[in-house]
Amino acid sequence: MANLLFSVALSIALLAVVISFFRLLIGPSAADRTVALDGMTIISISVITAAAFFLGRVIYIDVALVYALISFLGVIAIARFIERGL
Amino acid sequence: MELQSVLPVLGGLISIVGALFLLLAAVGIIRMPDVYNRMQTGTKATTLGSILFLLGIGIAEPSWLGKIVLLILFIVFTNPISSHVLARAAHFRGIPLAEGSVRDCLADDEAGEQGVCE
Repeated sequence: MANLLFSVALSIALLAVVISFFRLLIGPSAADRTVALDGMTIISISVITAAAFFLGRVIYIDVALVYALISFLGVIAIARFIERGL
Repeated sequence: MELQSVLPVLGGLISIVGALFLLLAAVGIIRMPDVYNRMQTGTKATTLGSILFLLGIGIAEPSWLGKIVLLILFIVFTNPISSHVLARAAHFRGIPLAEGSVRDCLADDEAGEQGVCE
């Protein structure tokens, strides 16, 4: 029962990643693409944590934490690049 | 029914609600008219959706709750910062607001006007 519920939640989150990906493809400006990338990475953190639940390994939550850290730094760097160049 | 069998089902239901918020955020990123509106849905809705999703997993596996709370705190602290930096970059790059927007308080501030924004 619980596994079924978490499978449904994981499917919805993966669908959200796919939908955000279209904005990454068609976004008119670089800021649009960065917003879509930011959304995708934040949704992916939930997906990684769900994978940790299904595989039963707590170490994958650390992977999600490092992923969150790197995506945050990446978005900050891209925004700085958009604002005033390298 | 003892607690041991109820907790995973409760966590699963909370996770589904969180996943629906994540889906709403993705639909908002596609449907909204300009960068600033997309940023608004893409940040607020994903923050709430991530909190609910991770909390559901933490309820289903109570021994993981410490790390999950750490992850939630990290998302809550960093998500507004990245959104703010992106909005600032988009504004100073000169990306226009969508049709039908009524105020741009940052532009008023730069022009030195004392308007409704004060």
